Amino acid sequence: MSVPRASGYFRTRYERDFALLDTRTRKASLAAFAVMLVVYPFFAGPLAMDLANQVLLGAIGAIALMLLTGYAGQISLGHAGLLAAGAFATGILYKELGAPFWVTLPASAMVGAALGLIFGLPSLRLRGLYLAVSTLALHFIVIYLGSEYETKRGFSTGILIDPPGIGEWTVYDPRAWYFVLLIAAAATVLFSLNLLRSKTGRAWRAIHGREAVAGALGISVHRAKLTAFVVSSVLTSVAGCLFAYFRGFVSVEAFSLFLTIQYVAMVIIGGMGSILGAILGTVFVTLFPYFIEWLMDAFGLTDALSSVVFAVNYSAFGLAMVLFLVFEPQGLVGIWRRMQAWLLLWPFKQKPLAGAK
Amino acid sequence: MQLAVNIAVLASIYALISCGYVLIYRVSRVLSLAHGELMMLGAYGLYATASLFSGQPLVAVAAALALSLLVGVLVYVALMWRMTGESVLAAVLATIALGILLRGAMILMFGTQTRHPLEELGWTNASIEVGDDARISGVGLALVLATTVCYGLLFAFLRMTRWGIRMRAAGQNPLLAAQRGIGLHVIYALAWGLATLTGGLAGMLIASDAGLESTMVVIGLKAFPAALVGGLDSLAGALLGSLVIATAEVLMVYYVDPLLSDVVPFFILLAMLVVRPWGFFGSREELDRV
Repeated sequence: MSVPRASGYFRTRYERDFALLDTRTRKASLAAFAVMLVVYPFFAGPLAMDLANQVLLGAIGAIALMLLTGYAGQISLGHAGLLAAGAFATGILYKELGAPFWVTLPASAMVGAALGLIFGLPSLRLRGLYLAVSTLALHFIVIYLGSEYETKRGFSTGILIDPPGIGEWTVYDPRAWYFVLLIAAAATVLFSLNLLRSKTGRAWRAIHGREAVAGALGISVHRAKLTAFVVSSVLTSVAGCLFAYFRGFVSVEAFSLFLTIQYVAMVIIGGMGSILGAILGTVFVTLFPYFIEWLMDAFGLTDALSSVVFAVNYSAFGLAMVLFLVFEPQGLVGIWRRMQAWLLLWPFKQKPLAGAK
Repeated sequence: MQLAVNIAVLASIYALISCGYVLIYRVSRVLSLAHGELMMLGAYGLYATASLFSGQPLVAVAAALALSLLVGVLVYVALMWRMTGESVLAAVLATIALGILLRGAMILMFGTQTRHPLEELGWTNASIEVGDDARISGVGLALVLATTVCYGLLFAFLRMTRWGIRMRAAGQNPLLAAQRGIGLHVIYALAWGLATLTGGLAGMLIASDAGLESTMVVIGLKAFPAALVGGLDSLAGALLGSLVIATAEVLMVYYVDPLLSDVVPFFILLAMLVVRPWGFFGSREELDRV
């Protein structure tokens, strides 16, 4: 799968080639990273805690979109609609039946699967742009159904949801949420990585490369596309369910087209076709507004611009996206890989001959 | 009768906006999702020129139109030409990003309150009686007229002038067109300019009728199904598509539920994508080319 990066290390068996972690250095660094993640909440302040939770929650949705767009090559502009579907399934079940979270979570997943099938059906006939447009249309329809429910049932400001819990123990504290979301995000990463090295994941990459060839190789293109949509939607809806509990509040305003664009931006800025990219992109997009605020503070502009902070954020976000698209189409993961290569080769890096690529 | 008038006005709005989508798509195979924002920028342009040339409304309108054309060309020169040869997704995303950037910049420059460019120009929006029991606003009438004139001019331009024929050639086969000595970048820039000009005109008229605020972007997005239902590469299709969408929307809002206004266009879009993805008049092979 990945290119071995350590010298003196050779893969002699296929299992080694399939292994998620190959060298001892990688295992050690991953273990160190895991320890860091576990002890993080005991040192972080309230803002850092909230940011970490947002990143973890966003990462689930971003990975789901990455599976669909980055690996299977199906463009979707309906991501916020799917998140909304998960959140609304949770909200409605909670409000109407008082269902606990171990009912709403699988129910959201089911809704996600059904919607994924519906979102995926146009992909059997349409490609590229037209597919993007059909998912966009579905987004508006899901949002319409949500707002219809809100107005008809008189929750026009939104649905309030109590924190989930088992018996006496409820998840309310940010630290408790951190661990719940960490487990969910880690499970998503592991699930995705395993799926990608299985038959399904290889089929997705094949249809991304070229559908006709994939079909000729014996891959059922239709089935691969539909599984991509269903898997991605289930993950997204589960993220939507967690989102509803995390915020304690569901309202259609939270699921605007801008949210879809943010998720697409995570995938693009992070770098297509990489789970690491999805995570890096989530970190970037989530922290970006705070970074802009910090910049404004640093330059003493906060007072002058306090009424238009969101406009500054908006334009800066658009600018960042444009810059990434134009100057770094490979995204953050491209920068990361170049840095790695630079560190590995230093100080023996040679300039390639002129004209050689 | 009033319903028919409403349909005509809404259809002209959609038609005037959607011809921008069609122009850009037909010539350069890029879907511009920044069209709503460019429209709004045109309207703000009118607002700015109106206060600049106060007392000379016609000069202000002409200046605003010229500004829109310039903005369209600038968008291509500054951003979109870098996207030629990139994937469809990258180009669409670049326009989305541009839209976000523009929206933020416009709020920064002009604030969030509703503006009324018509008052700045010193004109009033008279209400005109049509037949016995229907009324149309002066701006509404102007919209219908502007759409008719715009489409007439565009058809004439594309059929009869040298640049129009070059534009069609570039849309049909860019490689051959380039080999025959047509400067593709100039053509693409011109297409962006014209699209922004018509979009800007639509924006100005809508802003004159209903005031200028950020909801205009939604109208821009709702005009997109009109373009697609008619066929993304056909101007006549855009006209028909707008009529279909506007009729459905007005009737549904009137008889069923006002909340439906934002979804009806997309319902029709989905239905069309299932039955005839290439639209009423679109060319069929387009689907594989995207």
